[in-house]
Amino acid sequence: MNELPNWAQVVLAALLVVGAGFALVGSWGLAKLSDILKRLHGPSKASTLGVGCILIASAGAFALLGQGSAHELLIALFIFITAPVSAHLVMKAALRLDPSLRPPPPQPGARRSTRCG
Amino acid sequence: MILATVLPGVMVALALALALSAWRLFRGPALPDRILALDTLYINALALLVVLGLWFETKNYFEVAMLIALLGFVGTVALCKFVARGDIAE
Repeated sequence: MNELPNWAQVVLAALLVVGAGFALVGSWGLAKLSDILKRLHGPSKASTLGVGCILIASAGAFALLGQGSAHELLIALFIFITAPVSAHLVMKAALRLDPSLRPPPPQPGARRSTRCG
Repeated sequence: MILATVLPGVMVALALALALSAWRLFRGPALPDRILALDTLYINALALLVVLGLWFETKNYFEVAMLIALLGFVGTVALCKFVARGDIAE
């Protein structure tokens, strides 16, 4: 890695640090938040973005070293496609196990509330 | 030089993320929490493998990472369908 030019090392290091930070924040949210509805936010967005940044950094490094290939981009594409699907399936399983998680339907004629949920 | 100093810190951060999701896997009160923790666990393990591939400058880890991505997604889907419907393939 040391034979890479300085600007490339700076860009790759920034991508790696941002990616690892996002992955850490996603797992921290998974561990800390209080409810399955809230816990789903961390892994489904932050961790996916973090892994995407790390994969792009790796693809860039190997392309600059002259051994580029489509492997990393293929993995990143696959993860970006499958992460929403698995989050949706986890939420469906959670709602099936505990139907009280589902918010009540809006009453006809009620004023629209500004409160979320 | 810059990359060589940054990579150990990145690995430590990813290991911490792995530990946090493993804690949720063992702690998780309900089954969907554990499925979600497994999902996060395999994604973080994949990121750690890619960083290890950068550290050792080898491309051998990418096949492993791709296998983990494919089989992890299939496992998550199978577990969720089993929990939601009581059957995997109907």
